[in-house]
Amino acid sequence: MKSLVYLEHYHGELEKGGLGVLGKAASLGDAAGVVLGEGAAEVAAAAGAFGAAKVYACDAPELATPLPQARVDALATLVEQSSPDAVLFGASVLSADVASGLAARLGAGLNWDLTDLAERDGELVGTRPALGDTVIVEVGWTAGPRLGLIRSGALDPVESGGTAEVETFETSFSDFSTLATLVEQTQEESSGPSIEDADIIVAGGRGLGSPEGFTMLEELAAALGGAVGATRAVVDAGWYPYSTQVGQTGKTVSPKLYIACGISGAIQHKVGMQGSGTIVAINKDPNAPIFDFCDVGVVGDLHQVVPKLTELVRARA
Amino acid sequence: MKIAVCVKQVPDATVHKRIDPATKRLDRSGEAALNPTDLNAVEEALRIKEAQGGEVVLVSLGPEKALDSLRKALAMGADRAVLVSDEAAAGSDLLGTAQALAGALERESADLVLFGQSSGDSDGAVLWAAVADRLRRPVISQVASLTAEADSVTGKRQTEHGYDVIRAPLPAIVAVSDAINEPRYPSLKGIMGAKSKAQETLALADVGVDTSAAGEAGSRTTVLELAPPPSRGDQVKIEDDGSAAQKVLDIVVERKLL
Amino acid sequence: MARPIDFSPPFGAIDAVGAPTDGPDERIDVGVLIVGAGPGGLACAIRLGQLLEEHPEVRERLGDVPIAVLEKGKQAGSHLLSGAIVNPSPLRELFKGRLRTADLPTYGEVPGEAVYVLTRRSALRIPAPPTMRNHGNVILSVSELGRFLAEQAEAVGAVVLPETAATKLLVQHGRVVGARTGDRGRGRAGEPLPTFEAGNDVVADLTVLAEGTQGYLTAAAIDQFGLHGENPQIWALGVKEVWRVRKPLGRIVHTMGWPLRTSAGFGEFGGSFIYPMGDELVTVGFVAGLEATDVEFSVHDVLQEFKTHRLVWKILGGGERVAWGAKTITEGGYHSFPRKFNAPGLMLVGEGAGLVNVPRLKGVHYAIESGRLAAEAAFRALQRGEVVSRIGALDTYDESLRASPMWKQLYEVRNMRQAFDKGFFMGGALASAMTVTKGRAPNGRFPTHPNAAAPLRKSGRASRYPAPDGSYIFDKLSSVFASGNRTRDDQPSHLKVRTTVRRPVAEAWQWMCPAHVYEVGRDVGDGMVTVEITPSNCVQCGAITAKGGRLTPPEGGSGPEYTLT
Repeated sequence: MKSLVYLEHYHGELEKGGLGVLGKAASLGDAAGVVLGEGAAEVAAAAGAFGAAKVYACDAPELATPLPQARVDALATLVEQSSPDAVLFGASVLSADVASGLAARLGAGLNWDLTDLAERDGELVGTRPALGDTVIVEVGWTAGPRLGLIRSGALDPVESGGTAEVETFETSFSDFSTLATLVEQTQEESSGPSIEDADIIVAGGRGLGSPEGFTMLEELAAALGGAVGATRAVVDAGWYPYSTQVGQTGKTVSPKLYIACGISGAIQHKVGMQGSGTIVAINKDPNAPIFDFCDVGVVGDLHQVVPKLTELVRARA
Repeated sequence: MKIAVCVKQVPDATVHKRIDPATKRLDRSGEAALNPTDLNAVEEALRIKEAQGGEVVLVSLGPEKALDSLRKALAMGADRAVLVSDEAAAGSDLLGTAQALAGALERESADLVLFGQSSGDSDGAVLWAAVADRLRRPVISQVASLTAEADSVTGKRQTEHGYDVIRAPLPAIVAVSDAINEPRYPSLKGIMGAKSKAQETLALADVGVDTSAAGEAGSRTTVLELAPPPSRGDQVKIEDDGSAAQKVLDIVVERKLL
Repeated sequence: MARPIDFSPPFGAIDAVGAPTDGPDERIDVGVLIVGAGPGGLACAIRLGQLLEEHPEVRERLGDVPIAVLEKGKQAGSHLLSGAIVNPSPLRELFKGRLRTADLPTYGEVPGEAVYVLTRRSALRIPAPPTMRNHGNVILSVSELGRFLAEQAEAVGAVVLPETAATKLLVQHGRVVGARTGDRGRGRAGEPLPTFEAGNDVVADLTVLAEGTQGYLTAAAIDQFGLHGENPQIWALGVKEVWRVRKPLGRIVHTMGWPLRTSAGFGEFGGSFIYPMGDELVTVGFVAGLEATDVEFSVHDVLQEFKTHRLVWKILGGGERVAWGAKTITEGGYHSFPRKFNAPGLMLVGEGAGLVNVPRLKGVHYAIESGRLAAEAAFRALQRGEVVSRIGALDTYDESLRASPMWKQLYEVRNMRQAFDKGFFMGGALASAMTVTKGRAPNGRFPTHPNAAAPLRKSGRASRYPAPDGSYIFDKLSSVFASGNRTRDDQPSHLKVRTTVRRPVAEAWQWMCPAHVYEVGRDVGDGMVTVEITPSNCVQCGAITAKGGRLTPPEGGSGPEYTLT
């Protein structure tokens, strides 16, 4: 299968999401990368180490602003020129719009929120979760080119070594593609991710015993670079803000790591975090329901385990 | 200013959301509501209308009974609703849906088209960019704050790295995130008046879409199989004897979570 | 000995009555206002709509919105829960000439029935007592019926307003002039949030209260107009589940006895029902009076215990629970009726007015019948050009109630429920006597005692409850989830209870509440403890009102979202 993989870059470096998809595409056949925007040709070569035999690059000024529509023009041109079987994207705020716009432009099918790709009976199939990660759906395409948008972080880059040939290309742009303009760009050095974006969440429930318990969780979260979450019970009691409430009547989160401290695991909480990659539970009650669905269950005193874990994480860094 | 808000009916978030094993599509027979973020889009449209005057039109693709959910948005203050309802449209993929909506939106010639950014039933994701391509107009997504002027909009777009402030001339398409506002409760008068507001139902032919390109038949993607999620794997049970923290760290590192 | 009644809530029914305060811009004018989109309220709306369609000259006098129905649930049916086996005659009467019986949302006629007296290990089948014979009755879900009736009401011109709670009865110059709707968008401390939307005065020529069990404005109206009945009202709590089963249940089942204890001192009166809903679903429920004296008495857990009986296992085993719910049932009967069912500008309909036949387990068709009669009485008054709020203008409603077969049936069983104060066997004997003599003997008025006045004791009830396993036996929190409840947390508590009480009272509340709203908090000395409350779990069953607290309507749209109950 011949695929074209859209690669994003930021401050001179290729982004992990696209590189992960590149590795998977390379395992399924011939994978070429495409890098767009200012400095594209310079960063493009690095894709060779992650599975690309060839990388296309275009740095037309219209592609300088981080907006999708000019990118659709460029990719459409490239697809016409190189006729790939599939065009694949690692999801980001920008790439999702590009993938969707390209699907409309080409009249192609787009499957999104994919967590994996495979080949079955000579056909490309994708895997995606649905209904709050409670069901896995296998999806396919009825015609080419096959557009796929892979969930952020689902595929890890594989550094296989190797070099790629960089080929620059040119494209024209539609009249409407450059109507939207960038007025201002702000980098955010925030005090840590919000729970919706965090890859790691440390959450606390009534087992903390008092609002002061959250200080301990904040320290662990800071050491891990994650965010702090809370259950409905402690938010009700005023121990932590409503914006951090995880659960049926709060937020639904699916971080890679969810550490539940002093949380019993009632279903109202579970439905807000059951899609998490790895769930670690720390609770002194061995019969707490959370031990039925966590990946790592620690029966113990969280006031001992959590500070110790924080200490060990800090020591590692 | 004429603002069109694209809204979608999704099954209400009750316990029984399920995929119909026969059709492999989301079972929509349960009582339905509007996709929650669509309410943010409706709210934003209403605020712009209150500031500048104009009209707010709801545009949707769905079965006849979607009119019930549209009525709730009318109760919030939208002026009119247009529903593209056609049996041939059932099971439409991204493209089929985008074509139908674009057709309806062209009829309306709105100055601004709003979408809500997420979708509870995972069918509406990334629709706006496809619609924008068909309408050949600029699109700004992930907008957490929006300012509308007579001939342009400026949106604060949240990205992984921070914020981009983007300006687009009208007509434009904007997808708003749920951070943009708190949708209002409909007033009692609004609820009572909703029924008498204009609600139009159109067929695919009315919006220039060939039925062969729409629905399940015209879909360029397909669902092959359903499966339960892979079991979470063996659970590691640890009784703390002082070493639990180290064990947890080891597992976390081994799974490359740090 | 501790009794919940000693801790009456910081609230009086009179707190829910007042004059209109809105100016002409905020106020909403309707012709007839009906509070509650249940079978009673909707039957009233439908009948009135039909009559107004036939008589446009009367309709005109009621303004732009001749009929409005307020419903505090997410939609009609969201807060409706019952068995239910229903006598279809009032439904047929209501839709005479317009719909056929096949158009009504039922699961068909009762296919057959069985009554059992249970012990832990056995099930003794007994002939169905005359009051429990259900030939010709239909099985239905009252929640589904509510959705259906709401559509029918709108089809004849009524406006149904869901997610709208009625929080105050508007009374002016001694007449009821409508109801005020609740605010939305307040935070936990009552502070207005950015989405704050104040309620409105809905002003009407005539107000019909069809609030069902624990009617909030109904209690206020009875207080306001001195309509108290002879006996204090009493309630039972019903908890039920709906299951998808492997094989169809071809008959309806009622049981008595185990797991309830028969001695009078325990105050455990009630039984179970198991009804098929088509071939794929079965509903199983347990009902028990709220005068139970053991602090650990929990109808939800008794239902779980009941499911462990072989008889039930044979029906539900291998199946899957698809719904759960809880609601109180009004049990006082005839002697607890309000003195009158109308007051100036006001009519009381259905279970809120006490129209429930406990021995027959019937109330839905009474609600429909009384709703129809109320509509006809209202129409007659309107047609005569009456000022409907004139004293006596609606007396024909009371007259038609007294002349109806339902009145006679309720009179016959007027003392039957109270007889069971004497325990299962004595009560059973008395009940038999009443049945055989059609209510003529024993005569007199058997008293009722307020549920909250029952003294509390500990007799090890909880040790019998089975442990939850998440697939057959369920805990309360996962059950609240199965009710569809996802009430917004960030709103004021709608439960008026004393938060510092004697320990046994707090324990009783903790066990009694099927939704785990109340928990025993900390010790504050003197045998008193605090009570921790989680109002967003509340499924608005009303049990707390019977046991020393008061349920008030939370923000509209809160509470369970029943669809199959």
